[in-house]
Amino acid sequence: MNATIRWVRGGGLSTLLLLLPLLLVFSYFAWFPIGRAVVMSLQETNLVTDPVWVGLDNFRHVLDDPLFWTSVRNTLYFTGLALLFGYPVPLVLAVVMSELRRGKGLYSALAYLPVVVPPVVAVLLWRFFYDASQTGVFNTILGWVGLGPFAWIQDASSAMPSLVLQATWANAGATVLIYLAALTGVRGDLYDAAEVDGAGLWHKIWHVTLPQLRGVLLITLILQVIATFQVFTEPYLMTNGGPQNATVTVLLQIYNYAFRFGDYGAATALSVLLALFLAVMSAVYFRLTRSWSTT
Amino acid sequence: MSDAVKDEPRVTAPAPPPPVVPAVPPRRQRRTDATSERGILSDFDWGRAGTRWGVRIAQAAVLALLAVASLGPILWLARAAVSTTQDTLRTPMAFWPSGADWANLSTAWNEAQISHYFANTVWVALGSWFVQLLVATTGGYVLAVLRPRYAPVVTAAVLATLFIPGVVVLVPLFLTVLDLPLVNTSLLNSYWAVWLPAGANAFNVLLVKRFMDGLPRDVYEAARVDGAGPFRLLWSVVLPMSKPILGVVSIFAFLNAWKDFLWPQIVLPEPTLQPLSVRLPLIRDTVELDVFLAALLISMALPIVIFLVFQRLFLRGAGLGGAVKG
Repeated sequence: MNATIRWVRGGGLSTLLLLLPLLLVFSYFAWFPIGRAVVMSLQETNLVTDPVWVGLDNFRHVLDDPLFWTSVRNTLYFTGLALLFGYPVPLVLAVVMSELRRGKGLYSALAYLPVVVPPVVAVLLWRFFYDASQTGVFNTILGWVGLGPFAWIQDASSAMPSLVLQATWANAGATVLIYLAALTGVRGDLYDAAEVDGAGLWHKIWHVTLPQLRGVLLITLILQVIATFQVFTEPYLMTNGGPQNATVTVLLQIYNYAFRFGDYGAATALSVLLALFLAVMSAVYFRLTRSWSTT
Repeated sequence: MSDAVKDEPRVTAPAPPPPVVPAVPPRRQRRTDATSERGILSDFDWGRAGTRWGVRIAQAAVLALLAVASLGPILWLARAAVSTTQDTLRTPMAFWPSGADWANLSTAWNEAQISHYFANTVWVALGSWFVQLLVATTGGYVLAVLRPRYAPVVTAAVLATLFIPGVVVLVPLFLTVLDLPLVNTSLLNSYWAVWLPAGANAFNVLLVKRFMDGLPRDVYEAARVDGAGPFRLLWSVVLPMSKPILGVVSIFAFLNAWKDFLWPQIVLPEPTLQPLSVRLPLIRDTVELDVFLAALLISMALPIVIFLVFQRLFLRGAGLGGAVKG
């Protein structure tokens, strides 16, 4: 009893009161749902009757779905392409921009502009750009130099690259600014030292700039992979998985299980599988790269 | 020195002795100003005409690329929003062959009811902003300034959610919102269903906490000696000192709420409540193309205006994101 009074007098109660918004919001909308995900993946849930324990049935169902491997393949394809387009380009842009003596603000603003465009607006706009007819926006432009017309998102083989192109346009600016911030922290005396040793421009970039960015580069790589594994808006609004399931991603599968077919157990099972995969991959990644990471 | 740097721009030059690079720089030393005075190129490099022009050409090329890629689609939309459907379909890259059609904007705003959904979006974004700011400031304050004994546990639990991919909680979160445990209410078709989960943003909390960790602690002691309690300390001392970080958090909170699509679509099935991002894909097939493009332009206008006004805050915040992630 005395201890309680002392705790209240010492400000313990008001501290707890101030922490209450965080505790409530995180309990309800972060910690509890995370725990519930694990439970739900082992249950049959349909919102009408009480949930029933079904063991690993949901996982079996999800893995047996003929679309499962299609969605995994498509997601990996999206991630691979997104890295191919989206990883080197921002780095080159940031390195060039870091050497600007004036106008850096203008460059940064231009680079970041697509990031503030709401994704739905961007996707719907690009969907129109990708019009497959002769008079589609991109086909008109490419027609000036004698190319096309291309089918873009209406053809199974070019649909995914088209989606990635749009996603890269929408997101690259954010990565450019992260690299740019990291570049201002590269220690100038390392360049001095490299010059004393006779290093040229490319040697300085290769032996000083990139090693100094190592930590940021490693982190953005894994974060980008994790983010692209959860791609949803682009395939959902641009192609809705088509043509011929060429753009069905794992997250689209999850969405369809839950909100089209009402199979919440299967949806959570697939979510848990995806999360486990991402967790294992991140752990392996950090283990492998620990020796050359600076942070 | 001059001798050593002579063969500077030649890539094929024989490899110089490995440059002396300390393998492990001190952690988190990115913002020390003294080290960032020079870039990759030295003043000597800048003095060489070949290097100078090479760099200038590269920078001009980047500027051209950025202008075309970033501004191009947006300017195209701005033009198409005031063109006729016929023109946009037949000659998408021509400039108003049959005159501008300014009526599109008012048709979209009034008849397609974009004004209504615009107001919904503002409301969604303001609420999300408020909840995020409330949770992040009070939480960050307790964890960084008051530091009760259980603070490390809470910090770790908040940090842990940062590593859980958002997709895992999508469905359980939806079921939680349908039937809140303990209080047994459903938030479906209520803006609270968007606002409250937005507050569970570990990134905000950690950003604010880290900033407050860096504030001088002797100020708190002085305020306590003057008789300020924990609430007074937060309101009159810590918050005014935290303005820079609160600006960054606010701007990203508002913008992310404006951009959000999947979650509002799930929890706001009632059309009259939906924000623009949920509504736009649905009206695509019901209105004429020129009106639809005008609606797209209106939907991206406010975020872009906010970005242009608060540019500095944005660009600093984007770099900060990297600092926390890294």
